[in-house]
Amino acid sequence: MKLTVLAAALVGFLTSLAAPVRADVTHVAVAANFTEPAREIAALFKQKTGHEAVLIFGASGAFFTQITHSAPFEVFLSADEDRPKAAVEQGFAVPDSRFTYAIGKLVLWSRVVDVTNGEAALKAGNFLKLSIANPVAAPYGTAAVETMKALGVWDALQPKIVQGNSIAQAFQFIDTRNAELGFVALAQLHGVTAGTQWEVPSNLHAPIRQDAVLLKTGANSEASKAFLAFLKGPEARAIIEQFGYSLP
Amino acid sequence: MFGMPDEIWVPIRLTIELATITTLSLLVVATPLAWWLARSKAWFKEAAATLVSLPMVLPPTVLGFYLLIVLGPDGPGGAIASLWGGRTLAFTFTGLVIGSIISSLPFVVQPIRNAFAAVGDRPLEVAATLRTSPSRAFWTVALPLASPGLLTGAVLGFAHTVGEFGVILMIGGNIPGRTRVMSTAIFDFAETMRWREANLLAGGMVVFAFAVILSMILLEKRFTRAGA
Repeated sequence: MKLTVLAAALVGFLTSLAAPVRADVTHVAVAANFTEPAREIAALFKQKTGHEAVLIFGASGAFFTQITHSAPFEVFLSADEDRPKAAVEQGFAVPDSRFTYAIGKLVLWSRVVDVTNGEAALKAGNFLKLSIANPVAAPYGTAAVETMKALGVWDALQPKIVQGNSIAQAFQFIDTRNAELGFVALAQLHGVTAGTQWEVPSNLHAPIRQDAVLLKTGANSEASKAFLAFLKGPEARAIIEQFGYSLP
Repeated sequence: MFGMPDEIWVPIRLTIELATITTLSLLVVATPLAWWLARSKAWFKEAAATLVSLPMVLPPTVLGFYLLIVLGPDGPGGAIASLWGGRTLAFTFTGLVIGSIISSLPFVVQPIRNAFAAVGDRPLEVAATLRTSPSRAFWTVALPLASPGLLTGAVLGFAHTVGEFGVILMIGGNIPGRTRVMSTAIFDFAETMRWREANLLAGGMVVFAFAVILSMILLEKRFTRAGA
């Protein structure tokens, strides 16, 4: 008697292990700046389609390295267009699946000094540490460096720069006030009322075109294709705009 | 130096500096602490020993997270930094030394404590009958007898600091020449697909770790033979 109960429980357990394979799941590597909108989009996506999108957050550059080393992602939402392009060229992504899902905005943010006039604040340089994302691995970091160069303050500010390994860590350095100010993505400040901010004029850096791409690993995955289609759709676009991105 | 580009050489130099300063500070901090843990009969002794051992089990991210707050403008670190016009000890070499001392402390305290415990009461009692003052007995009897433990602690502390990664990633800010040590430089090179540089540093680390462990084993052998 006891044995049959045990056997039934075991069968039940094994079936539950097998279940996620049947339900469609896609693994999406998401650039850190897009964390919050991606969460909302994934929740809505699950509600509408029943598919589950598992989100992994990090720096685009780090993801690209991982993708070239067979990381188990099916979709890549980069913070730039170069890496998705390279993923296609090097045979890691499905050609023609690449599209721009958002155009990012760079913001100077501080919880210590007044950066309402960001250009003046940067030129005055009355601070000890300025936080940016690692410019080699994170596109928002690259845009931050371009901005400082365009304003002619790069040489003066370089010794004050601290780097987060993604835009999320750059944000955290400013949020804990270890760095007085720094460059983050506008989307990260969604719902944040603390401190002052300055939206960087878009002519100071190359546009942050954020591209999505279907990876080869997801070429036959229904959930992955559905997620990218959903990302192009009106509901996702509304969320993306609400977080302060522009759309192509 | 040695024909290596600054990108490679500077993190190596910085790592050696960090590990050396951390190890020396650790010997100063850990020796009295280990002595107390080995000799004291206080009821909270083992609770203190547990506290010292915590960094061995906690993920470096836990240490890094609390350090970022404690070293920051709202914590004691900010107050210390303000003495010389700073705002935070995060992103500074001093901050890395503090972080490394905390995270390597158990690796230094444990062998020294064991060594003191192994000395036992007898040599100190003999010294006392010869009218040696307790402090003189510590310096001339206990410390020399425990020196293998001190050496082991120093080597482990040095090696563990060289291998420190998580804490530094969280509080360092990746500043070349100041907080960009070997382990975080390797991370950076690997993330940006600069395999040659990553390989150079990572390979060097493997050789270093091998040398450290081998010399530890050989040293231990020598001491046990000398003791036998």
